[in-house]
Amino acid sequence: MQDMLLDMRSITKTFPGVKALDNVSLQVKTGEIHAICGENGAGKSTLMKVLSGVYPAGSYDGEIHYDGALTEMRDIADSEARGIIIIHQELALVPLLSIAENLFLGNENARGGVIDWRDTNRRTEVLLRKVGLRDAPTTQVEKLGVGKQQLVEIAKALAKDVRLLILDEPTSALSESDSQKLLDLMLELKAQGMTQIIISHKLNEVRRVADSVTVIRDGQSVSSFDTSDGITEDRIVRDMVGRSMENRYPERTPEIGERIMRVADWSVYHPEHDDRQVIKDVGFDVRAGEVVGIAGLMGAGRTELAMSIFGRSWGQNISGTVEMHGQPADVSDVSRAIAAGLAYVPEDRKSLGLILDDSITRNITISNLPDVARGPVLNEHAEKRVAEKYRGDLGIRTPGVFQKVVNLSGGNQQKVVLSKWLFAGPEVLILDEPTRGIDVGAKYEIYGLINDLAAAGKGVVMISSEMPELLGMCDRIYVMNEGAFVGEMPASDASQERIMSLIVNN
Amino acid sequence: MSMAEDTNQKAGGSGRLAEYLTAHLREYGLLFALIAIMAFFQVVTSGTLLRPINLTNLLLQNSYIVIMALGMLIVIVAGHIDLSVGSVMGFVGALAAVMVVNWEVPIAVTMATCVVVGALIGGAQGYWVAYWKIPSFIVTLAGMLVFRGLSLWLLEGQSVGPFPREFQVIATGFVPDVLPGGEALKGVLGTRNFNVLACAIGIIAASWVVWSGLRKRAHNKAYGIEDEPRAFFVVRTAIIALALVFILYKLATFRGLPNVLLTMGVLTVVYAFITERTVLGRRIYALGGNEKAAKLSGIKTERLTFLAFVNMGILAAIAGLVFAARLNTATPKAGFALELDVIAAVFIGGASMSGGVGRIVGAVVGAFLMGVLNNGMSIMGIGIDYQQMIKGLVLLAAVIFDVYNKKKG
Repeated sequence: MQDMLLDMRSITKTFPGVKALDNVSLQVKTGEIHAICGENGAGKSTLMKVLSGVYPAGSYDGEIHYDGALTEMRDIADSEARGIIIIHQELALVPLLSIAENLFLGNENARGGVIDWRDTNRRTEVLLRKVGLRDAPTTQVEKLGVGKQQLVEIAKALAKDVRLLILDEPTSALSESDSQKLLDLMLELKAQGMTQIIISHKLNEVRRVADSVTVIRDGQSVSSFDTSDGITEDRIVRDMVGRSMENRYPERTPEIGERIMRVADWSVYHPEHDDRQVIKDVGFDVRAGEVVGIAGLMGAGRTELAMSIFGRSWGQNISGTVEMHGQPADVSDVSRAIAAGLAYVPEDRKSLGLILDDSITRNITISNLPDVARGPVLNEHAEKRVAEKYRGDLGIRTPGVFQKVVNLSGGNQQKVVLSKWLFAGPEVLILDEPTRGIDVGAKYEIYGLINDLAAAGKGVVMISSEMPELLGMCDRIYVMNEGAFVGEMPASDASQERIMSLIVNN
Repeated sequence: MSMAEDTNQKAGGSGRLAEYLTAHLREYGLLFALIAIMAFFQVVTSGTLLRPINLTNLLLQNSYIVIMALGMLIVIVAGHIDLSVGSVMGFVGALAAVMVVNWEVPIAVTMATCVVVGALIGGAQGYWVAYWKIPSFIVTLAGMLVFRGLSLWLLEGQSVGPFPREFQVIATGFVPDVLPGGEALKGVLGTRNFNVLACAIGIIAASWVVWSGLRKRAHNKAYGIEDEPRAFFVVRTAIIALALVFILYKLATFRGLPNVLLTMGVLTVVYAFITERTVLGRRIYALGGNEKAAKLSGIKTERLTFLAFVNMGILAAIAGLVFAARLNTATPKAGFALELDVIAAVFIGGASMSGGVGRIVGAVVGAFLMGVLNNGMSIMGIGIDYQQMIKGLVLLAAVIFDVYNKKKG
């Protein structure tokens, strides 16, 4: 039997009123990659906070055996000193500092308070090479893409003599190819003998890198097994959600009607570089009851396309036409775009979609306040009625509609954003990565809602980086690459291979 | 999402009273802090604080801060700041003095011009903040210097005054007692004077507070909106109503209802209504809460920001008129560093530096809290040095309290 590097035994952590962790066990062997799977709110993050000392010894029950000895972490510095390093979903780099400065932040290579830059840069280069980066150590982190930033984070961990590297949803913000690179790096580090824990929703990734898996559900460790035992994805999903999930995409019989929206010759230039054309003569249409997908890699210009159509919220020097029901529509600012019947559910719901410190009610009604007001005066009771209606219709799980949205899970927050846009009464909804960062169960619900919208005769444009999702949900798919549409196909003819080859060959 | 966040939701049912208090500690805290401070000074000044004449003074002294705090609250809720209000106030006062005293322009025309000038000044600054995205801190810092300089230039470094009687009335006048019975009541109560109108307004205002509070409770109950626990409601409403009656009664026994108090009261009610009950108000909070999300929700964020500064300019102009009328002269130093008192009042009143949070009532109470501190310490003969230090610490304590509360909640 291999050595155990980490053995967490019957960890129980209670917060006032709720058991966040109930008798959870986690065993990680030296030199393996161990995956922790579970829905949002299942307790994965809490478990990692116990491990890293955010919740210090004494604030939980149970034992942590690390490196063969009973260990009590006092705080994060303590766990880091023992070589346990977590890379969080939200990266913790200082964007305006250089790579080298970031790598040695708080751990500066100094003598008597004076930093030895030459040595720092040299060591940075060595570390960067380890994670496969060729950028100069003096490059500002801000200038790197998210994928490279993620790698810098890992280099930063390596600079600290890491023994147990924990990656919390490392690929959630990465493109397909960046994700692949990251996973390759994980395997390489494993080959060098490093023990790693990956927290992920994405089962294909788990299958690719993990040697063993622990599934957590509702604060309990449900199952734990080696991937070599021939465990299927379905089994993991079943353990995660507590039921079997045969069909990940709910059934829908499309009833496609008249064309609602038509966009033609749409061109957009970059807001800061007026010679850079980001969207190139794009045209598409959407019919009533239809779900139209826009496939493409990250950076293909899909979000820019959507936001530029929605009230010119992105870019400059925009040209082209938008027609609604065959009539030219004025979409020159957001309120006109809304009036024309458009809605845009943004990719980044926390910074663009919601006012986090406001209540569910206020977030929903903000898109259409005149409807809950008499003249200029708001009617709070009408507001509550509206919020309660959507809470019921969309199944927003909350103790009350005056709850702040910051307290909701990702899936429920997304339902609030959807409610907000439904309340504006649009004919066409543009959904930008509608299921990003949402767990499997909630994804299924969001899919159901999208189908309901189509069934109600709305047109839905769905932008997604997850191709299976587009294939499972859409009636028709456009393929976008480098700012232009390079293909269009009915979903029945579409496959991941066909979409990829269109992207690669253009 | 972490489980810790889930906990907040699930604890919903238990310990409702305590939980409500924690959630609204700031609002109650502010009210009780004001009462405690007033009680303290009432005792240590052996009753001078609440003497009718001092009470009248207290209201007049703080009127221009309160008026500007209304505008500042909106600017701060929208996510900005205005450092120029002290200078703008001084400049408008100077303009009024030059127009009335030197040029002998009719008072009504002067006042209208001053308000328009205030709006233009606010607009001129708001334009850069809203449409050019220049940080308001910098734009209004520039404005602070520019309008301080303009006042000096306009007054040629001299004080200009005095104003004619009709102008002074803005700040120092009292609403005439139109109700009968003053003479009789004076005798009954054994006071030197009795203004029936002031007393009646106190009673009407108190009744309105009680009535509207009850009505809102009834409505909320009917619609199942969670409300403050009954005990809190009763105590809070009783305190406010009694305070209104008490203050207006005290004023009635002196010279009656100051014009300024009426102006201040009406403005406060109007702005509280706009911010809390109207579409416009909600949009301002949304803008401050998350500008990008607000913009993508169809809110014209630039225009709202611009208007917030225009409004601030108008209120600074009104404050300038009141201030000049009260001092009966315009000096180049008028309004110096006053912006800091205004901003402090808004933050003591619970507004958040990052925008989206804060209430009109809080800002007004915050302004009076500072005012009572000033007034009480002056009566006690505490030096200006200590006064400054104490006020600074009060501001810091209020904000620390906010941050602590937010962390805990």
